[in-house]
Amino acid sequence: MRYHDPVVRVLVFCSVIWALVGMAAGVYLAAELVWPTLDFGWPALSYGRLRALHTNAVIFGFGVSALMGTAFYSVQRTCHVPLALPRLAWFCAVAWQLGVAAGGASLLAGWTGGKEYAELEWPFDIAIAIVWVSFGVVFFLTIARRAVRPIYVSNWFYGALIIVIAMLHIVNSLAVPVTLSKSYSLFAGAQDAIVQWWYGHNAVGFLLTGGFLGMLYYFLPKQADRPIWSYRLSILAFWAFTYSYIWAGPHHLHYSAIPEWVQSLGMVMSLVLLAPSWATMVNGVMTVAGAWQKLKTDPALKFIVLSLAFYGLATFEGPMMSIRSVNVVSHFTDWTIGHVHSGALGWNAMITFGTFYFLVPRLVGAPLRSVRLANIHFWLALAGTMLYVLAMWGAGVSQGLLWLALDDIGELSFSFKDIMASMAPYYALRLVAGLLFFAGAVLMAANLWWTVRGRRTVAVAPPSVADAASAMRGDA
Amino acid sequence: MDGLGLHRRLEANAGLLTFGILVVSAIGGLVQVLPSVFQDSLVAPAPATRPYPALQLIGRDVYIREGCSACHSQQVRPLLAEVRRYGPYSRAGESAYDRPFLWGSKRTGPDLHRIGGRYTDVWHRAHLLDPRSVVPNSIMPGYPWLERRAADADGDIARRMRALRFLGHPYTDAEIDAAPAALAGATELDALIAYLQGLGASAGAPPR
Repeated sequence: MRYHDPVVRVLVFCSVIWALVGMAAGVYLAAELVWPTLDFGWPALSYGRLRALHTNAVIFGFGVSALMGTAFYSVQRTCHVPLALPRLAWFCAVAWQLGVAAGGASLLAGWTGGKEYAELEWPFDIAIAIVWVSFGVVFFLTIARRAVRPIYVSNWFYGALIIVIAMLHIVNSLAVPVTLSKSYSLFAGAQDAIVQWWYGHNAVGFLLTGGFLGMLYYFLPKQADRPIWSYRLSILAFWAFTYSYIWAGPHHLHYSAIPEWVQSLGMVMSLVLLAPSWATMVNGVMTVAGAWQKLKTDPALKFIVLSLAFYGLATFEGPMMSIRSVNVVSHFTDWTIGHVHSGALGWNAMITFGTFYFLVPRLVGAPLRSVRLANIHFWLALAGTMLYVLAMWGAGVSQGLLWLALDDIGELSFSFKDIMASMAPYYALRLVAGLLFFAGAVLMAANLWWTVRGRRTVAVAPPSVADAASAMRGDA
Repeated sequence: MDGLGLHRRLEANAGLLTFGILVVSAIGGLVQVLPSVFQDSLVAPAPATRPYPALQLIGRDVYIREGCSACHSQQVRPLLAEVRRYGPYSRAGESAYDRPFLWGSKRTGPDLHRIGGRYTDVWHRAHLLDPRSVVPNSIMPGYPWLERRAADADGDIARRMRALRFLGHPYTDAEIDAAPAALAGATELDALIAYLQGLGASAGAPPR
């Protein structure tokens, strides 16, 4: 009996490819905002279409492939059994890649439902639902067959990811098809807005936050070689997170035509969310405490610890931006873009990079080809993220304030065109930031490729029955 | 049994844990989202709001296809500066026939909910084909291909209107039958301009 790790290896490989594709698209979009004719009059390169490819490739290609791969890897090791239904696991891995690739092409062709982060048209929505349910079957059946009694905390988060995303995706994608490439949403207007941001915000919540917290809870203790600091805190934070995140969506709709109570409730629950978010951060930081000396030599741990810092930053900034009087400035501006990227680059991408630097050498039983290159990647990633976030803060805060500025007699102080034109330096800086971050990701891809090239995946057996029995009695 | 003991049972039972996650995560949606989905007043059309005529409907679908809402909102907030800049603030009933809603989340370019009638068709044509020909500093891309595609290129306007009628948009048989003729000779660019010029028509005066 051996763990099914080849499927993990394929998912990690695909995740890295999607990272490169998605980030390259992001850099190209940043360039288009500096040189708007860069699409050469070609529809597929047009900003509105390419942006959907960028977000879908990084979230569903890079992010979900990494989550699926690390979930398959860690669920086996925390349950002491190989994956249940390995063929279905392969189906999930392969079908997901084909879905993202074909879906990405369809977005460039102009097939879109028009809802943010749920752009893919109905044939893809159905395919996603099928693969997602299969992912759940493999994951939960593996847990059901586990050889240790307690279900480890990382699996709660991966489990919540699978369950909640299924619920959100199915409801938000309900539509009446017209043709293969066109459908109309079941919901209209203000109702559609409420449903969409219930989905949109919680795709961030349970995928980009919860899913990656699953990654954190398994790989951080492994890498730091310490147990989780507080078991009680992890329980508290998990349930508080699962309960409160789902309410926060309407902060995307402040001052809109949805009912006032829905907006206010969304804001209050967004503020409440700070507590479980930071509880988890504290738990993570305290877990590393005492292993600080490892940070000097271990690039994987460096990435993971830095990702925790950005996690703390983004989960503080989010609730602040949900306050109506802050949101009135930040909404519709580049501040939102900066916020998203402090989470996406600083938290999601960094923890994934750290996890891959840890995971890939272990999958093939060989050291990382170049620690030096990984360290260079670390500084490129940090510099890129900081520059990106600072540029977008500058752009966003000035946009927000200038749009609202009135003179002494209540007339608008600045025209929209002038404010837009003043964004040019910020947008140029953002392009540089994106290039730095992308360059780092290319170094990682090369480094990991040199590490695995020509090597077979190591076969790892679950601990023996005697070990498992002692674990089941709770004395391991 | 104390809370920790209770949780030890929960985390030793995969079915119970799964059920717990489902219940706890569903509460927010049930209390906050579900009532809105059944609140008819949220999607009761505003007095001057009508289902989109065929040409505007195609124009709206082009707007969706090209991802215009990545950079343009259609949601004027009830703030003095916004009402001064764009016009009357947006009300729920104005989006009653919007599937999906296009309120947007980003203003790289300006809000468009009140754009109708602000500029001439000629200006829009020049602007959509080459934005910098009329707005020198603009960073908007041009859309030259819209001029080369017929508004009924997909030949499915009647199907689109019937799908919307199935969802409750009050199109008559006569309107659906006349739709292909209404698109005859028009390009996607014409359709998009017709849609943009119709935006804000339902605004009227802000409610007192």
